[in-house]
Amino acid sequence: MTKDTKIQVPAVEGFFTIEEEAHLIGGRYKNSGGYCFPKSLGGSDPNFSEDEIEEVLLSRVGKIWSYTNSAYPPPPPFIAAEPYEPIVIAAVELEEEKMVILGQVVNGYSVEDLSVGMQVEVKVGTLYEDSECRYLTWMWKPLSEEQKQDKN
Amino acid sequence: MEDIAILGVGMHPWGKWGRNFVEYGTFAARKALEDAQIEWSEVGFISGAITVRCGYPGYVAGSTMARALGFNGTQVASSYAACASGATALSVARGQILSGACDVALVVGADTTPDGFLAPNDGVRTDDTDWLRFHMVGATNPVYFGLHARRRMEMYGATHEDFALVKVKNSKHAVFNENARFNKEYELEDIYASPVVSDPLRLLEICTTSDGGAAVVVSSLDYAKSLGVDNPVRISAIALNTPTYPDPLIDLPYLATDSSATTVPNEIGFKESIGKHVYEEAGVGPEDVDVAEVYDLASSMELDWYEQLGFCQPGEAEILLRDGSTSIGGRIPVNPSGGLGAFGEAVPAQAIAQVCELNWQLAQRAGKRQVKGARIGITANQGLFGHGSSVLLRR
Repeated sequence: MTKDTKIQVPAVEGFFTIEEEAHLIGGRYKNSGGYCFPKSLGGSDPNFSEDEIEEVLLSRVGKIWSYTNSAYPPPPPFIAAEPYEPIVIAAVELEEEKMVILGQVVNGYSVEDLSVGMQVEVKVGTLYEDSECRYLTWMWKPLSEEQKQDKN
Repeated sequence: MEDIAILGVGMHPWGKWGRNFVEYGTFAARKALEDAQIEWSEVGFISGAITVRCGYPGYVAGSTMARALGFNGTQVASSYAACASGATALSVARGQILSGACDVALVVGADTTPDGFLAPNDGVRTDDTDWLRFHMVGATNPVYFGLHARRRMEMYGATHEDFALVKVKNSKHAVFNENARFNKEYELEDIYASPVVSDPLRLLEICTTSDGGAAVVVSSLDYAKSLGVDNPVRISAIALNTPTYPDPLIDLPYLATDSSATTVPNEIGFKESIGKHVYEEAGVGPEDVDVAEVYDLASSMELDWYEQLGFCQPGEAEILLRDGSTSIGGRIPVNPSGGLGAFGEAVPAQAIAQVCELNWQLAQRAGKRQVKGARIGITANQGLFGHGSSVLLRR
């Protein structure tokens, strides 16, 4: 049970909240209202390049725009588990923000389990770990049937 | 804008030779000078396409190549735009010629590549989207190709067989190209037998990394005439577009698209805008094009380009492929060289290599892979971080 005693830290600060109902942390142009992710890299709206960008929590649920996997371990700076299990990656469309955001899909899903248009929510999952810490990133998780009904 | 003339082209064969990139670059440059019947001493400007994988000499590729050819006081510049570096170097050379700063310019790019995935340089850079996409998501280049291929299947009903048939077609072209790394003919079974890299794409459908070098000697039309070259292959247009906000298409190296919440995206997408630019600059349309060299980093991407360059309507690329239109002998042959699938990518050389191929095609010097009567050709590629590139050639 040593795993559960590890300290959980984001692999990089400022991209998501660490909670059961996790959120991606994006940016919103104060004047135009347009969004960007991650906030730290800003956006490319030529009319608002000097606009202040506020921190904002993005929608938790979106629809899969497309999906794929990486059958081979990605090279550094990705830290691949050994043995490596193919990671699954989805590009997800957020309705309100009208943008598509990449992310791994949580463990336990393969590309066969996914389809374009499928509803997914943001979760936090382990990207890699060492003897003391688990380093976290955001991941997409397909909604359960109950969740879909709740949402409707 | 005025045309410029291509006086000569040259390439070092693509492969995994493991030698210094300068060797490939100078080999290609000497071939191009020989082809142009121009002495190195006559070159007023050398335009190098940068490689970021070969240390400092790669960052100053122009002067590195100039030194290898012999320092003689020639003017020099080096350009980096990822996969679009070669087109950028060509554009810089065109500017020098058309401004009257020089008569003849040599454009050269070469690379020595490592095995495996292209990846960011070492170090921790949490403010670099290229570093972040690898570290936080594991999104390699083939991941983006896989996303687009799956989307194409969903939108237009493209199949695994369609993607594999692109590779089959291009391999048949590459058989006749001595500069291609893989000049072997592949059948569908070979492709299906190769492992999946990023679903739905297999190893033989994704371009590898290669060593190679390419060079072009260009001049003003007047200078060409003074040499007795009255009807050269000409460069009529070059596009080096950035995207227009908001770009709704997820692409490398980004973690997210722009948001279209407050601004409606242009009707013309980023990749479509690249072709549109050269068509307008050259005063021609897609219906006038006889041959194209496009960046098939993955076989599925070649199909996207058919539509993005206006050879057919969205969703019709598979028809063009299957009815033979894009094979040599068809209406609009695409990648008669064999494309990146047959070459593997030598980043700074690749956009120049596309120009070399179209020069041979338009000069009717392409041998067994000749597109009969080709007079207008277009190249297209895209460098990550928003560098579109296209060159339109005609004779």
